[in-house]
Amino acid sequence: MNEMLLQVNHLQTNFYTENGVVKAVNDVSFAIREGETVCIVGESGCGKSITALSLMQLIPENGKVEGGEITFAGKNLLKLNKKDVRRLRGNEIGMIFQEPMTSLNPVFTIGEQMIEPIQEHLLLSKKDAYKKAMELITMLGIPNAEKIVNLYPHELSGGMLQRIMIAIALSCNPKLIIADEPTTALDVTIQAQILDLLREIKKEFNTSILLITHDLGVVAEMADYVVVMYAGKVVEEGPVLELFKNPQHPYTKGLLKAKPVIGERKERLYTIAGQVPNLVELQEACYFADRCEHAMDICRIKQPVLNEISKGQKAACWLYEDGEK
Amino acid sequence: METHSPIVKKQKTMVVVKSPSLWKQTYRRLKKNKLAIISLFFLLFMFLLSFIGPHFSPYILDRTNVADMNQPPSAAHWLGTDNYGRDVLTRLMMAGQISLTIGIAAMFLSVIIGSLLGAISGFYRGAVDMIIMRIADILMSIPGLPLLLILAAILSEWKVPAEYRLYIIMIMLSFVGWPGLARLVRGQILSLKEQPFMQATEVLGLSDRRKILHHLIPNTVPLLLVVATLNVAGSILSESALSFLGLGVVPPTPSWGNMMDAANNFMDFRKRPWLWIPPGTAIFLTVVSINLLGDGLRDALDPKMRR
Amino acid sequence: MMSETLLEVHNLKKYYAATKGMFKKFGDSVKAVDGVSFTIAKGEVFGLVGESGSGKSTIGKTILRLHEKTDGEVKFKGKDVFSLSKKELRNLRVETQLVFQDPFSSLNPRLRVGDAIGEAMVEHGLVSKQDVRERVLEVMKKCGLSPFHIDRYPHEFSGGQRQRIVIARAMALNPEFIVMDEPVAALDVSIQAQIINLFSDLQRENGLSYLFISHDLSVVEHLCTKIAIMYLGNIVELAPKDELFDHPLHPYTKALLSAVPIPDPTAKRERIILKGDIPSPINPPSGCKFRTRCPMATDLCGEKAPEYRDAGGGHFVACHYV
Repeated sequence: MNEMLLQVNHLQTNFYTENGVVKAVNDVSFAIREGETVCIVGESGCGKSITALSLMQLIPENGKVEGGEITFAGKNLLKLNKKDVRRLRGNEIGMIFQEPMTSLNPVFTIGEQMIEPIQEHLLLSKKDAYKKAMELITMLGIPNAEKIVNLYPHELSGGMLQRIMIAIALSCNPKLIIADEPTTALDVTIQAQILDLLREIKKEFNTSILLITHDLGVVAEMADYVVVMYAGKVVEEGPVLELFKNPQHPYTKGLLKAKPVIGERKERLYTIAGQVPNLVELQEACYFADRCEHAMDICRIKQPVLNEISKGQKAACWLYEDGEK
Repeated sequence: METHSPIVKKQKTMVVVKSPSLWKQTYRRLKKNKLAIISLFFLLFMFLLSFIGPHFSPYILDRTNVADMNQPPSAAHWLGTDNYGRDVLTRLMMAGQISLTIGIAAMFLSVIIGSLLGAISGFYRGAVDMIIMRIADILMSIPGLPLLLILAAILSEWKVPAEYRLYIIMIMLSFVGWPGLARLVRGQILSLKEQPFMQATEVLGLSDRRKILHHLIPNTVPLLLVVATLNVAGSILSESALSFLGLGVVPPTPSWGNMMDAANNFMDFRKRPWLWIPPGTAIFLTVVSINLLGDGLRDALDPKMRR
Repeated sequence: MMSETLLEVHNLKKYYAATKGMFKKFGDSVKAVDGVSFTIAKGEVFGLVGESGSGKSTIGKTILRLHEKTDGEVKFKGKDVFSLSKKELRNLRVETQLVFQDPFSSLNPRLRVGDAIGEAMVEHGLVSKQDVRERVLEVMKKCGLSPFHIDRYPHEFSGGQRQRIVIARAMALNPEFIVMDEPVAALDVSIQAQIINLFSDLQRENGLSYLFISHDLSVVEHLCTKIAIMYLGNIVELAPKDELFDHPLHPYTKALLSAVPIPDPTAKRERIILKGDIPSPINPPSGCKFRTRCPMATDLCGEKAPEYRDAGGGHFVACHYV
């Protein structure tokens, strides 16, 4: 068993909107070991992106981390001051965002943007930083590194830019890469390339990856461990094989059934009725109760707790009270 | 998804929920902005003061009384008298009528001309667009105040009778004001046209008339409202500047600008501050209030519309 | 049983000028659609699949005459779409509709739901102003919208509901043919399933025909009867659904199929990873446009563009080596 790299305990991030308080991340806990890929999967509004941003203290203005602790390599990330957080970002923790087109500054060349973290964190000279940047580009399978380094973001395609983003994230040999929907904006064939690349990086550098996605296919391909979120809470988690073979929570089951899969010819797709609840001022109840086929009375008045069901699999559902069905 | 407090109507057995209209929603958001509401009330106060105030004044505007001249504020004259013995407060109120009317009228003219030309430009493009925009560009590249001064000088050459002066000033101000509005409206129309919901109107086979009146214009109005509000402030300032320089509203007609002329005179400036501080303050507070209100409107209109 | 042909597209081309102005060189155009032909029969759900730059969205909009064409022919119910008079075009607008990708921006934010859905009905004289509300409620019910929604504004709804409103707006005119441009791409999986089922139901109940444009092969497989795969402005393969998924011929199709992530961690993945990026449509490769990424490319592929030929059983493919 590998060492524990990141431990999130009872993270609570709230947003204060003009309509009320939104508990975007509502008592979320999970852990990532060294060399492990953990996928947080969920649909819109489940809080997966905010969880990732909370780790790096990058939450937008009207939000605030109200509680919990995040332990990374022995340090509590939430207690760090600004300077230490900055030293962490891009250095021990790398981030890749969804939209490669807008994650890079359009008025600087690729090279100028790549050497920034290298100079800042690794304290290399400009010349050495450029050399390292070009090495990284070549390592990621992009030809003509010397040419690329002088191009501007708008001159490259989405797939190329995302590879550059990965290069930047890797540049200081991070222990953890946080990738927030890294392939959602890319074409399918390009997505395949990028996912392949991420898998290779993990193998070669033993980097841990926190991958945020809504695509169960991506989860099946990339994850070692899966965390399923709904309306700000973790509803199920477990090792990837077990989760796909034996999903416990009705929501997870529903998601797996609702996704059309090539080769499965169905008359009608299975649907989860209704839609995600309004996150403002949620009542005490299981947030999924309105849409759940198996909803019982207790589901509407009390919120279930995350319980261990079997072999490392946990689910938060009244169907499994006391760990038994 | 829940809405804001809806109005529930019962129709037979069906309960229909009707959302408050978008303007009501805007107003509700505006109400939360304390500064904007204070500004709104202040402006209302200025209006009332200017238009209704004089009825309560015991003094007739133009009656001069040399015996009373240059008196500092007192119980009889709350803001003192000027060098003709006229009550300053009454003059201030009458001047308010002039300045506010000119400001608003100039705004209306600018908005009508500007939106029309801007909409035509944006919707039809081509040669029409080019001509209108080039004219607008030329006008915008000439600095405003000097342009107004030139126009004013030309007009005094033509010896326009005093009664028509006010209208001329309104026209001049709108002449300088329409290009900015036209560009804005044109820009809005251009960006709206690319929006999928406008393509949808094409797919639905709606007529041009319907597209412009029911889709494009209602989506332009919010922005226009904000810009128009701010335009009033600009017009008041321009008129004040012109009048101060003697090229706008000329005595005996009072305007806040020409009342400030007192500041030009060394003696008046130092010894009789009640002559120029009131009009100056009036201009300042009115313009600031308009700007705050305009800002508040912009914030109130923004959130949901763009989502 | 030969169904009546609803839509015929012959050698459709749509080029955009890449450089505007006085010195417009024709060679500098973006060849968004470069000679595409297909037909859609009544009751058919035709899938158009491709990645960025394939031209699939452009086709969708061009066949409805939302863009002007550069060349080729489009016939709807036997009549040339591009030579219709203004009046005939209005009729076309009632018979054909379009569902957009982004439910957020395809609705006028200042129009209430009921007005948005009923507007076109009144404009085309299909219903009187007194009866329109009732008819709108009918359509809303068909599309899974609650009657309570009729007087609300679009921004008060979620993505899935807005898409239903867009669909209701399209259905209000009782069209025969609907172009769907990535209609579920912006929706969550659980909502996507609801909307896809809605499409199936509407199609069955009303005998509709669809042109379903998507990049998502799993959705296309579920809904469509005939599928065309596009790459850089050309159709590289076209076949009935079962044929295409069971026996894909073109290397791009095969790569596309293998690239789709499968939600099963134990599945064997024979991933065909294509090399390189999708080339720019301004300067597509000579000969076969796919050759720069194709694992089977040879010199011949660079010299000559492959012929789009019939491989039997309604299965068409454009490749020198299959």
